[in-house]
Amino acid sequence: MLDPRQSLEFERPLVELENKIGELKQLAGGELLAAEIKILERRASRLRAEIFSNLSPWQKVQLSRHPLRPYTLDYVSRLADEFFELHGDRAFSDDEAVIGGLGRLKPLGGRPVLFIGHQKGRGTKEAMRRNFGMPRPEGYRKGKRLMELAARMKLPIIALIDTPGAFPGIDAEERGQAEAIAKNLEVMAGLPVPIVAVVIGEGGSGGALALGVCDRLLMMEYSVYSVITPEGCASILWKSQSHAEVAAAQMKMTADDIRRLGIVDEIVAEPPGGAHHDFDEAARLVGEAVSRHLLALDKLSGQELLDGRYAKYRAMGSFTESAQEEEPPLAVE
Amino acid sequence: MAWWSRKNKATELASEKRSVPTGLFIKCDGCSATVDSEKIRESLRCCPHCGFHFSMPTEERLALLLDEGSAKEQDLEIAPLDPLGFRDSKRYADRLVALQKNTGQADAFRSFLASIDGVPVSFGMFQFEFMGGSMGSVVGEKITRVFERAAEQKIPAIVLSASGGARMQEGILSLMQMAKTSAALQRLRSLGVPYVSVLLHPTTGGVAASFAMLGDVILAEPGAMIGFAGPRVIEQTIRQKLPEGFQRAEFLLRHGIIDSIVPRAELRPKLGQLLRLLRGDCAASPTNQEPAADHPVP
Ligand SMILES: [Zn+2]
Repeated sequence: MLDPRQSLEFERPLVELENKIGELKQLAGGELLAAEIKILERRASRLRAEIFSNLSPWQKVQLSRHPLRPYTLDYVSRLADEFFELHGDRAFSDDEAVIGGLGRLKPLGGRPVLFIGHQKGRGTKEAMRRNFGMPRPEGYRKGKRLMELAARMKLPIIALIDTPGAFPGIDAEERGQAEAIAKNLEVMAGLPVPIVAVVIGEGGSGGALALGVCDRLLMMEYSVYSVITPEGCASILWKSQSHAEVAAAQMKMTADDIRRLGIVDEIVAEPPGGAHHDFDEAARLVGEAVSRHLLALDKLSGQELLDGRYAKYRAMGSFTESAQEEEPPLAVE
Repeated sequence: MAWWSRKNKATELASEKRSVPTGLFIKCDGCSATVDSEKIRESLRCCPHCGFHFSMPTEERLALLLDEGSAKEQDLEIAPLDPLGFRDSKRYADRLVALQKNTGQADAFRSFLASIDGVPVSFGMFQFEFMGGSMGSVVGEKITRVFERAAEQKIPAIVLSASGGARMQEGILSLMQMAKTSAALQRLRSLGVPYVSVLLHPTTGGVAASFAMLGDVILAEPGAMIGFAGPRVIEQTIRQKLPEGFQRAEFLLRHGIIDSIVPRAELRPKLGQLLRLLRGDCAASPTNQEPAADHPVP
């Protein structure tokens, strides 16, 4: 059962109704109670459809950041047997905002893969320890080290993306945050093993992309991916964070929007009400999709993977290129 | 030649006004001295007292850096679109048109084949006056082509960066330019062709966090602000005052993030020297004996 106090405003009536149904189910029930439960379940399902068929971009942003949403390790623990976590960048420290390690991918017959991902924390203490999923340079450098290891061992890479962004702090700048992100973009472009990335929550800017260069990009139904947080965009372009809702709509950052822009290969459906309602089912859906893409990529040689990956990113962007001399490039209304 | 690439007198004036006003005495940001703006213009837009680097209009910069008559501009027909239909207080499409009229350029980046101090290079530089040099699809495409031409012709790539980062108005497509340019660089690097990244004031955000920080050699102008996060964002996040000189070129040099700080007047001979060394030339260039003879040193 979900705690209504940790629910978003727009989902609270649904969560309360679901909790009531849950309570009734626990009572020793006769026919009467069963009928009542049935009615309530129908009502819940109508309410769910009502709320979730009409989510605004901002509501999807809120869902992507939901405090009860499954995080990277919630997926890894369900998708992997024998997960063996590996730590540290070998230079400065172990950044717990990024987790990585080897494990056997259950839906793929226990095949060893490298898991890498941003890790948010649940509860104040863990959230602080994980720095709210905002990596410092050593987090990205740990990621790079582990992904290079996977490439040498010819193991596929599964990257789970969930960060508000790279950490903006004095220490992060001193240790070369920009370089750490940039280096990962370069290195990931050249790893001759399959890389499947899944945005499971927040895809926050360069800090997300730094673990997200891939052959196949999947996004969970209620995840978002953007060049800057809506709050950041609002404070720059609208000079006020209170316009975050507008900015979220303007930036086209929902999974559907990103697919329309041709960046995403597949949207992974979430359990009714969102991934936080059913971790097991969410993980099963992710595992099924990731395995399917890995199997398809298996047929390609290392060089074919690299060529395909290059062509994929090479084609991203929207511009005109005409030899026409006197035509303005934009229609002015 | 496309309409936006025609020379535009009004524009030149406008961009000069932004950096160093003409015919006035101005207070130097570096030493607080009151300086004749004419003097600053004569000394490569540097303060004659303390050497503070004011911003330099693109045309002056090109003339200073590229060998005379060597530059052939590339990719002139590439122009931006408005893929998101983005609108804040104004429509992005309208902003683009206004900026194209004001700057005479299609977008925030110009690419060339040219030579620097006698060495043929694939060259590109940001046009900061165009939306703060932000990187959208056009900028990302042109930078990618700079690297691809360098790879095809086996000539060094040189990029001068001055940018606030990725362009918000093109959303995720701007973010993906970081991956695209870095992938092009990955290929270039695997061929053993050098890339020298020159960081001007300011270089931040998604541009810093991609190709700008990936130079085989990274040079910076004195005092340039360089970093991932902007100082305001950092202050808001950690609720601390930032130390003096934070994120300036000198700070980055001290922290091992860049190779060298090169004053504007020395950039052409220094680049020539570096490229010849990287190429394994046995003889130094004649210009190294008489550095930048045709340009006054501030
Ligand atoms: Zn001065």
